[in-house]
Amino acid sequence: MVMVNEGELSRFEVEVEGWAARDDSGILSPINFTRRKTGSNDVTFKVAYCGICHSDLHQIRNEWKNSMYPMVPGHEIVGLVTEVGSEVKKFAVGDRVGVGCMVWSCQQCDSCSEGQEQYCDKTVLTYNAINADGSPTFGGYSSLMVCNQRFVVKIPETLPFDAAAPLLCAGITVYSPMKYLQMTEPGKSLGVVGLGGLGHMAVKLGKAFGLRVTVISTSPKKEKEAREVLGADHFIISKDQKQMQDAAKSLDYIIDTVSADHPIQPLISLLKVQGKLVLVGLPENPIYFHPAAVISGRRFVGGSSIGGVKETQEMLDFCAEHNISCMIENIPIDYVNTAMERLGKGDVKYRFVINVAESYSSPTAN
Amino acid sequence: MVNEGESGRFEVEVEGWAAKDESGILSPFNFTRRKTGSHDVTFKVAYCGICHSDLHQIRNDWKTSQYPMVPGHEIVGTVIEVGSQVKNFAVGDRVGVGCMVWSCQQCDSCSKDHEQYCEKVVWTYNGIYVDGSPTLGGYSSLMVCDHRFVVKIPECLPFDAAAPLLCAGITVYSPMKYFQMTEPGKSLGVVGLGGLGHMAVKFGKAFGLKVTVISTSPQKEKEAREHLGADNFLISKDQKQMLEAARSLDYIIDTVSADHPLHPIINLLKVNGKLVVVGMPEKPISFHPATVIFGRRFVGGSMIGGVKETQEMLDFCAEHNISCVIESIPMDYVNTAMQRLEKGDVKYRFVIDVTGSFSSPKAN
Repeated sequence: MVMVNEGELSRFEVEVEGWAARDDSGILSPINFTRRKTGSNDVTFKVAYCGICHSDLHQIRNEWKNSMYPMVPGHEIVGLVTEVGSEVKKFAVGDRVGVGCMVWSCQQCDSCSEGQEQYCDKTVLTYNAINADGSPTFGGYSSLMVCNQRFVVKIPETLPFDAAAPLLCAGITVYSPMKYLQMTEPGKSLGVVGLGGLGHMAVKLGKAFGLRVTVISTSPKKEKEAREVLGADHFIISKDQKQMQDAAKSLDYIIDTVSADHPIQPLISLLKVQGKLVLVGLPENPIYFHPAAVISGRRFVGGSSIGGVKETQEMLDFCAEHNISCMIENIPIDYVNTAMERLGKGDVKYRFVINVAESYSSPTAN
Repeated sequence: MVNEGESGRFEVEVEGWAAKDESGILSPFNFTRRKTGSHDVTFKVAYCGICHSDLHQIRNDWKTSQYPMVPGHEIVGTVIEVGSQVKNFAVGDRVGVGCMVWSCQQCDSCSKDHEQYCEKVVWTYNGIYVDGSPTLGGYSSLMVCDHRFVVKIPECLPFDAAAPLLCAGITVYSPMKYFQMTEPGKSLGVVGLGGLGHMAVKFGKAFGLKVTVISTSPQKEKEAREHLGADNFLISKDQKQMLEAARSLDYIIDTVSADHPLHPIINLLKVNGKLVVVGMPEKPISFHPATVIFGRRFVGGSMIGGVKETQEMLDFCAEHNISCVIESIPMDYVNTAMQRLEKGDVKYRFVIDVTGSFSSPKAN
């Protein structure tokens, strides 16, 4: 367990309030810290809302063994601009903006030049990472964000502000592979494994692309909502062997959003010839499947991680055009520990969003 | 076991070699084939390649073997008769048959010329034909095959060295085309340097790729570089070499059928890289999801190739003067060849000189 140097919290000029985990119990509590004043390429905004991502839960509990404490999580952050730097042309005071999982990348490598900054070797994540200036990054469970303009996106006026926040991680994490694999041909069929923050967005986007969508889940009680509210065409219980057999070779694509360990081979059996399964959840243990499962039908299993900044803006504009946003439960920041427990049990439809603005007084500037 | 009556069911007498049980020992075997039907092409077999699958199947490794089994699905020969409905082939033509002798011709896969993925595909040997008879392969003096599954062997390709193209060649050519591994300058890794692997290196160089061979055998390096044209060579068990080559390859074709860890191989892929498994290890593939997620990499498989694609490959080989590196053997060497194949002791495919091993086929 790595501890951040105490001095880092008061290193900068602008005082900020937030909530942080202090150790791997993951319990969050109030923290005061500082952010840099607005640099020439920065956008500073008062945080309105921040989504709670399952990764936040993993990281506050040091499940990935790379956590630094105190940790201020949050990478689905939206708010209103209060100041822009002298080199910033695209954003103005009062704009509705958002920041997702990254706050910096090298801008020179292949991945950066292709607008896929998340695959850059030097990407700096929005929290639990080290900035270019050596300071630890602190996320959006806080009153104020300061971010390089290249990693800031505009939230279209027609999208509800709170329900737009989770698009910045959950949304883009499924949108990106759907575009990469061209899952946008109407009439094709998509399977979505797991119906949580990512899963429900995959269903919504899938329907918007004109796909036939099948939800694959372990929870029978999710079926009604999947069909009636999200528009899923089919629903299969993954542990029901007969249902799984009946659906064999029926899907062009599968997006697997589940982060608990689960068998992959039965899912591969659902793929048509040349079908593709994309992992976007991060189970703890390795996956297994027999080579014959992929060889005998030229199928592929791969993974995808969030999405690039330009792609995130494109997704937001697509959502505005198609009136798509996330289904959320809006909570005050002091509910966050309870929310984390409920999230651990999958007890949320389908993303908690912290109402940050209402939880804090105005940020105090120097 | 196949019903005894099946071997004498038809009109045309054929000589071959068959495995009689799962010891896999092959011995002479006389049987019969149907006479040339209206859609059939009948040819005297000249050469037949020995594929690693033949070894697996004669020993019932995949638990699906029917005996007696006449293996062989890399078959070339000269046409002696064609059926009345056959327009594309004539007596005297140099032809070949690969791994399939029939498919439904109606499903999605068939309509896309991917007959190998058809649910009703019939394999050249160890399958059941539409007339209920067991299929018997190219370790035999004569083949009778539906014209839709026959290809022409271009004149300028050496007949014996062309035979393994019909399985080894197409098995790597097909995924290379599917993934458009034909952009000069991209980089390809080839795991395993056997029948499939050496063809992948040759095709890779012909497509203008930078080719890296990944192998467990240091002694293969000289030949890989000097005869096959490989640009780089990595020993997969050398951790330092493997780490230095991390994220350096756009594509990898993994031809190895022995069990081996995939994780270090996936790490050789660049972002967006793709690994295609064409060998059939016995145990499951395993890797951590993070390996593919952080880099948007994909791991998949591919199986042989369609008939049209096989013809395209043969024409490509003729144009670029590509054929297999082989060791030609008489039929009665076949059991020794199987033992050597198991140890990987062959550069890089045994090809049975069938014509030299049999008298002319007796017709009714």
